[in-house]
Amino acid sequence: MANKTAANEHGGFPWKHLIGFVLSIVLTLFALWIALETDLSLTWILIIIFGFAFLQAALQLLMFMHVTENSTKTKLTGRVQVGNILFAAFIAIIIVAGSVWVMTAGHAKHDKHDEPKTENHGGHGGEEKSEEHGSHK
Amino acid sequence: MKWDEFFVTGDPLIYGADVSIVLTMVGILFYLTKYKKWKWLWTEWLTTVDHKKLGIMYIVSAVLMLFRGGVDALLMRTQLAIPEAKFLDSQHYNEIFTTHGTIMIIFMAMPFLIGLINVVVPLQIGARDVAYPYLNAVSFWTFFIGAMLFNISFVIGGSPSAGWTSYMPLASNELSPGPGQNYYLWGLQIAGIGTLLTGINFLVTILKMRAPGMTLFRMPMFTWSSLVTMVIIIFAFPILTVALALMSFDRLFGSHFFTLQGEGMDMLWANLFWLWGHPEVYIVILPAFGMFSEIISTFSKKTLFGYKAMIWSMLLIAGYSFMVWVHHFFTMGSGAAVNSVFSITTMAIGIPTGVKIFNWLFTMYRGKIQFTTPMLWSLGFIVNFVIGGVTGVMLAMAAADYQYHNTYFLVSHFHYVLIAGTVFACFAGLIYWYPKMFGYKLNERIGKWVFWLFTIGFNVCFMPQYFLGLDGMPRRVYTYSEESGWGPLNMLSTVGGFMMGIAFLVLVYNMYYSFRFAKRETTGDAWDGRTLEWSTPSAMPPFYNFAKIPEVTGLDHFWRQKQAGKVEKLTAKDIKKIHMPSNSGVPFIMGSFFFILGFGFVFGWMWMAILGGIGVIGTLIYRSFEYDDGYYVSEEEVIETEKISK
Amino acid sequence: MAHVETHDPNTPLEYRSETGRLNILGFWIFLGAEIALFATLFATYMVLTHRIADGPALGELFEVKSLLIQTFLLLTSSFTCGLAVHEMRRHNVKGLMLWMIITLGLGLGFLYFEIQEFLHFIHEGANIGTSAAWSGFFVLVGTHGAHVTFGIFWVTMVLIQVAKRGLTPATSAKVFITSLYWHFLDVVWIFIFTAVYLMGMVMHHG
Repeated sequence: MANKTAANEHGGFPWKHLIGFVLSIVLTLFALWIALETDLSLTWILIIIFGFAFLQAALQLLMFMHVTENSTKTKLTGRVQVGNILFAAFIAIIIVAGSVWVMTAGHAKHDKHDEPKTENHGGHGGEEKSEEHGSHK
Repeated sequence: MKWDEFFVTGDPLIYGADVSIVLTMVGILFYLTKYKKWKWLWTEWLTTVDHKKLGIMYIVSAVLMLFRGGVDALLMRTQLAIPEAKFLDSQHYNEIFTTHGTIMIIFMAMPFLIGLINVVVPLQIGARDVAYPYLNAVSFWTFFIGAMLFNISFVIGGSPSAGWTSYMPLASNELSPGPGQNYYLWGLQIAGIGTLLTGINFLVTILKMRAPGMTLFRMPMFTWSSLVTMVIIIFAFPILTVALALMSFDRLFGSHFFTLQGEGMDMLWANLFWLWGHPEVYIVILPAFGMFSEIISTFSKKTLFGYKAMIWSMLLIAGYSFMVWVHHFFTMGSGAAVNSVFSITTMAIGIPTGVKIFNWLFTMYRGKIQFTTPMLWSLGFIVNFVIGGVTGVMLAMAAADYQYHNTYFLVSHFHYVLIAGTVFACFAGLIYWYPKMFGYKLNERIGKWVFWLFTIGFNVCFMPQYFLGLDGMPRRVYTYSEESGWGPLNMLSTVGGFMMGIAFLVLVYNMYYSFRFAKRETTGDAWDGRTLEWSTPSAMPPFYNFAKIPEVTGLDHFWRQKQAGKVEKLTAKDIKKIHMPSNSGVPFIMGSFFFILGFGFVFGWMWMAILGGIGVIGTLIYRSFEYDDGYYVSEEEVIETEKISK
Repeated sequence: MAHVETHDPNTPLEYRSETGRLNILGFWIFLGAEIALFATLFATYMVLTHRIADGPALGELFEVKSLLIQTFLLLTSSFTCGLAVHEMRRHNVKGLMLWMIITLGLGLGFLYFEIQEFLHFIHEGANIGTSAAWSGFFVLVGTHGAHVTFGIFWVTMVLIQVAKRGLTPATSAKVFITSLYWHFLDVVWIFIFTAVYLMGMVMHHG
C-alpha cells in the first residue's frame, strides 16, 4: 500500500493534498456560518460543528498525514497507527465528556449562578449530599 | 532566603538523616577513588544504553526507594502504636505519609516493574535491544533525577505534606506554602517524562522487534502484560503531566484552575488526578499479573491455562481502567447517575481480574508444582490479593463507600492489592530473574524465611486495619484518643509492620549472602524455564543477548525444543557480525540539566530554571545533529564470547 | 537488526532504514499521547468555561476576523507542509526546501496574530489570573502556541541538516516526522477553533 501511494506521488500533481485543502477550507467556513449565522438550536449547532471538526481531523489524517501508510510487508504498522489514533480519540472523548459530566452534574450545579444559590457556595464534600439526595426524583 | 530556611532544621531525626547522607556520599566517593572505579562507573553504567544494565539500575534505585518508603512507613506505625503518642508532630506525620505514598507508587513500584521489564522483555522476544536504546537511557535518567529531586526535599526546603493525592485547596500556596509541594510537582513531572518515553519505547519494541516466527499470540504472558501496560502508560501519563502543570501554574503564575478564588474548581484536580490515577493502578498491577503467569507456569511444568482469555481480559482491563476513576471520589456527591455508572463499571472490571485468578488456579491443577521461593510468592499473591479484591468490590458500591471512605478500611484495601499484587510480584520477579541478571540464584532457604516473615507480617499489619476502619478510624490522622479503643489493634498492626521491615533486611542480607556463597550458574536455564530468556548459553546473556536470533515456532518455544531434545547448538558458521547501538553520556547530562530545571522551579528561582531549560534544549539539539549509526561486533568477537570451538 | 535496508525503489526514502521505520511508528504513538494531553486541556477548559468570576465572558472578546486569519494561516501551512513532503518523495530537495520555508513563514504569521490577540485580551482585562475560564483559555491555546513555536525551531534544524547532508534515509525520516507534527498541530487547532472560539461565540451571542 505504501508502495502504491508512493508510486502515485512520485510524479504528477498532488491532487490529494489540494482536495484535502479545499475541503478543509469549506468545512471551516461552513462551521462558522452554522455557528454564527443560523437560527438552529444550540444542541444542533454543537452537533454539527463538532461533527465537522472530527471530519476535518480525519481529512488531515488521511489526506496529509497518510495514517494508513505502512512500510513493511506485514500490514501491522498501518493497523497499529490507525488503531492508536482511534484509541486515542476514544480516550480523548472519555476524558472530555467524562470530566464535563462528572464535574457539572450533581453538586457542581449548586455553585453556579444560573442555579438557585445555596449557602455553601464554592464548597464541596459530604455536607451537600443530603441536599442532593433530597432533590433527586 | 536564609540558610536555615533552605535546610530543614530543628528535628533530631532530620539531623540524623543529614549525617547519614553525608557519610554515605563520602563513603561512595572514597570507594570510587580508592579503587579507581570512576572510569568504570562512567563507561559501564552512566553512559550505557544496554537494556539489561538500565534495568538493573532501575531495580537498584527501586530497592533504595523501598527502603526509604519503608522507613517512612515504620515511623508512621511507631507514632500510631499507642494512643496520643508524642513521637512525631502532626506536620511531620503529614510529610511522612505524603512521601511514603508518593515514593512507593511513583519511585518504587513503577521503576521496579519497569526495571524487570527492561531486563526481561527484549530477551523474551528474542531481540538484541529495545527499539530506541538511547531513549531508554533518557527514560532512566529522567526517572532517577525526578526521584532524587523528590527525595532531597526532606533535608532541603521541607517535604510536601498534602498527601500523595495532593488535593486542592490543601496543596495550594495558602495552605501549603514553601517549596515542599513544588518538590512533588516537579519530581513527578520530570519522572513522568521518562515513564511516557518508556511506554512508547517498549510498545514499539514489542510490536516491531520480535524474533521471526514470534507472532503476537506466541508472545510470553509477561511480554503481553508489558505491552498492555505500555498502552495504558501512553494514554494515562499525559493526563498527569497536564494536571501537574496546571497546579504548578496555580502556584507559580496565579492562575485559577483549582483555587478557591477566581471560581476555580478544587475538585477538578481530584478529577484529573484520578483520571490518571486509576489507570496508574493497572500500570503497576498488570506487569505483576504477567510475572505470576510466567512463574506459575514454569513451576507447575504446564503451559499457562487460558492463554487467550488472559490476553483478552488484560485488553478489557486496559479499556476499562479509563472508565472507573470517579470511584475514588464518590463522596464528592456528583449525583446518583454519575455514582451509579461508575459503581457499575468498577464492579465490572473485577470480572476480567477474576478470570485471571481462575486461569492461574487451573494452570496449577494437576501440575507438578515445585515450591520454590518465586512460586511461594505467587501462591501468597493469589490468596492475599483475593482478600484485597473482594474488599475492593465492597468499596465499589457507592452508597456503602460513604461509610468506608477516608477510613483505614480503604487504607487496608489498597495495601492488600498493592503489596500482595505489586510488591509480591517485584520480589517474585526479582528472585526468578536474579540468575539472569547476576549469574547466581538467591539462597532459597533464606528466601523462604523472607517469604514467611513478610507474608505473616503483612497480614498482621493490615488485617487489623480493616477492622479499625470499620470501627471508624480515619486515615491520615497523626494520633487518636485512648477512649476510641483503637489502641490494641494499632499496636498489633505496628508489630506486623516491623515484621515486614525485618523481612526486608533479611532479603538484603540474602543478596549479600548469595553474592558471597551462592553456586554460580553454568547454563542460561536456571529454573528449567519455558521462554526465550532462558535459552542463552551463558547464565548472564552477553551485551548483544543472542549470537543468533532464534526462530520461534510456537508458544513456549524453548520448552518444547527441550522436550523434543532439539535445542540448537551454535556453530561458527551461524555467527554473523552484529550491529549494536553506541553508548552515550548525553542522557545523563540531560538528566542533570533536568535537575537544575526542577530545582529552580521548586524554589521559584527562574534564572536557574531557565538555565536548566536551556541545558535540556541544548542536549536535544546536540542529539539531533549527531548521526551515530552504532557499531558492529565482529564475528571473531562473538565467537570468542560464546566460546565456540572452530 | 537495526540495519536491514529495503531496496525496493518504490519505497519512499524515509521508510528505507529500520531506524526510519521505527522512528515514524514511534512518533505516531507519541501523537496518541499528545491527543490525551490536549484532551485533558480541553476537558479542563470545557469544565471551567462558564466560571468567569468578575472578568469578561470568553465569547465577549473573541473576534471573527482574527480567528479566521489565524485559522487560514495554519490551514494553509499544513497544506504547504504536505506539498513539501510530496516534493521530497520526488527527490526534489529544492521543492522540499521551498515549501517548508513557506510553511515556516505561515507558522510565524500565525504566531504573530496569536500573540496580537493575546495582547488584545490582556489589554481588555483578561489574563491568566482573571478567572478560571481565562486560565483554561490561555493555557489550552497557549500550549498549542508553544507547540507551534517548538515546531518552527525543530523544522528549521531539520532543514539545516537536509541542506548539509542532502536527502538520505535518515534526514528524510526526520522531515517526514516533523511534517506529521506540523499536520497534527493543525488537527488540534481545528478543535480549538470549534470548542473554544465557535462555542464561546455561540454561547455568548446565542
